[in-house]
Amino acid sequence: MEVYLDNNATTRTAPEVVEAMAPFFGVEYGNPSSMHNFGGRVKKHIDEAREKAAALINADPAEIVFTSCGTESDNMAIRGALEAEPEKRHIITSKVEHPAVLAASRYMKRFGYRVTELSVDGQGMLDLNELRASISDDTALVSLMWANNETGVLFPIKEAAEIAQSKGVPFHTDAVQAVGKIPIDVKKTPVNMLSISGHKLHAPKGVGVFYARRGTAVMPFMHGGHQENGRRAGTENVPYIVGLGRAAEIAAANIDSEFEHTKKLRDRLESALLEKCPDTRLNGHTELRLPNTSNVSFEFIEGEAILLMLDNVGIAASSGSACTSGSLEPSHVMRAMGVPFTAAHGSIRFSLSRYNTQEEIEYVIEKMPPIAERLRAMSPFAPKKGA
Amino acid sequence: MWDYTEKVKDHFLNPRNTGVIEDAHGVGQVGSMACGDALKLMFRLDAEGRIEDARFQTFGCASAIASSSALTEMIKGKTLEEASTITNQDIADYLGGLPEQKMHCSVMGMEALQAAIENYKAGGEAGNVEKTDSRVVCSCFGVTEKEIERAIADNDLRTVEQVTHYTKAGGGCGGCHSDIEGIIARVRSGLEQGETTRKRPTKLTNIQRIKLVEEVVEREIRPQLKRDGGDIELVDIDGPRVVVAMRGACSKCSVAQFTLRDVVEAKLREFVSEDIVVEEESK
Repeated sequence: MEVYLDNNATTRTAPEVVEAMAPFFGVEYGNPSSMHNFGGRVKKHIDEAREKAAALINADPAEIVFTSCGTESDNMAIRGALEAEPEKRHIITSKVEHPAVLAASRYMKRFGYRVTELSVDGQGMLDLNELRASISDDTALVSLMWANNETGVLFPIKEAAEIAQSKGVPFHTDAVQAVGKIPIDVKKTPVNMLSISGHKLHAPKGVGVFYARRGTAVMPFMHGGHQENGRRAGTENVPYIVGLGRAAEIAAANIDSEFEHTKKLRDRLESALLEKCPDTRLNGHTELRLPNTSNVSFEFIEGEAILLMLDNVGIAASSGSACTSGSLEPSHVMRAMGVPFTAAHGSIRFSLSRYNTQEEIEYVIEKMPPIAERLRAMSPFAPKKGA
Repeated sequence: MWDYTEKVKDHFLNPRNTGVIEDAHGVGQVGSMACGDALKLMFRLDAEGRIEDARFQTFGCASAIASSSALTEMIKGKTLEEASTITNQDIADYLGGLPEQKMHCSVMGMEALQAAIENYKAGGEAGNVEKTDSRVVCSCFGVTEKEIERAIADNDLRTVEQVTHYTKAGGGCGGCHSDIEGIIARVRSGLEQGETTRKRPTKLTNIQRIKLVEEVVEREIRPQLKRDGGDIELVDIDGPRVVVAMRGACSKCSVAQFTLRDVVEAKLREFVSEDIVVEEESK
């Protein structure tokens, strides 16, 4: 059996999405900017995709810019907002952001920017008072993620955006993990900018969305033609944009049922593992998090070894251990939360999607405990059985 | 996913000799849980002083477990004298190679073996070998100067990054990078004085070749050209063909062609491979 529980890394492209894309690799090859009918037909589909993407977050279609990925959207927000207010030299973000935000913000230091990285508590939660205290007249941008990719923890984006708004500072949120999994309404949440990645919501890799509220000053990130209303030059990636539109449509239509489905399976998996495997702990806030994500630490054993043993029985997950990150230190998210190194090295993230089944979850519940036991039998630190 | 050999996978999924020897003659433990990997190695000797049983307990990734398993297989039947000659490279070779970022797993194996042998010689008293005889350079991972020196000398390391791959030193806060650079320079100058003929690798992959060419240009060639107000830039490396651009004084120099052949090409042939051909970028 093959069980894919790494949906925060990427998701399966939905068959309906593949189907929707197909004509645009073949007969519908027109350039949407062209005057003739070849182009006009295609433009209609781009417009539809824009409407569908907008509907998923209750935005206006004119506020949607298609990009190549979530990382591009994040970079566009940071660079675009800073260039729009060049006299302000301060960025506020958090210690647990995705590298697309964290590295892009830190990069700006070489141009004289100051970067404040807000800390999180042991459950991965933000202190809004720290945000309040950090904003100054010099602050050009606040960028905080909606949902954490490793733990699924949800930041209080509405409150954070209101704080920024009250001080007149533009607010960006990397909502790559949140969109499609939880309801998002930009009419009720005063974010100025928001990033979406296609392949996290069953569209293919290579397409993303940058949302910019009407009236938000953002300088273009890519210069060239007049596409995307002059905000993002370059001929539109038509098949992928159409695919993203279809994926957004499906996500919006099923958001409640998918929430229930993944949450039920996630909770079953999580409670069974915590019960069957001794010396385990859950990382991140138990309630304020995505319905599909569970991050469990197995003490005394190391994440890469667990992952490869899971892989050996067909189960795909991911880890915040040092060995899997390619560096020598465990994930920056685990460290920021103050998870002890001993537990961080053995942290495993299971992330589910609409395609997971009860049968698959039962299979993981059957396979995981003996793997932990086997690795612990090998570990010099594991308490002796019966001791 | 890491590019592990079949042998690494086999020793990881079916590790040999795991567990504890209650009445071990020698026990060595290195690493810690905070560091992300740790190995406890135990052995028993037979009447003739050969290792009749060796077992391990490892906390760590697949390559740490595989390295430990391989090590126990390698030392069985050996005398302590024979076993003590095993290097981390021998462990890696036994496994058909390890990714460079994982070489520290093989180093951990070698260190545990040495610790176990010293423990036996000390009468089986201490479980760990004290590291107090050498200065700790990397405080994040507790790596001493002696360990770094040995890794550089044994594995012909040239950069801080390589030292991190092999020993973990410098992989945390990075505060010891300049210290490590100093140790590399010191050990290498000792190494190079001692060598009568410079070591040239026998077989290179494309990536290794590209890296080595870059290193040699940085270390051997640029400093020399810069002394004369010149400089050089690598443009392309295609198999044995190395395309460069002469910069600074070199770009206007009438003898640049000689520099190209007698310095650049000669150095690259000496350090990389005999078949290197250096060309200047066509203008």
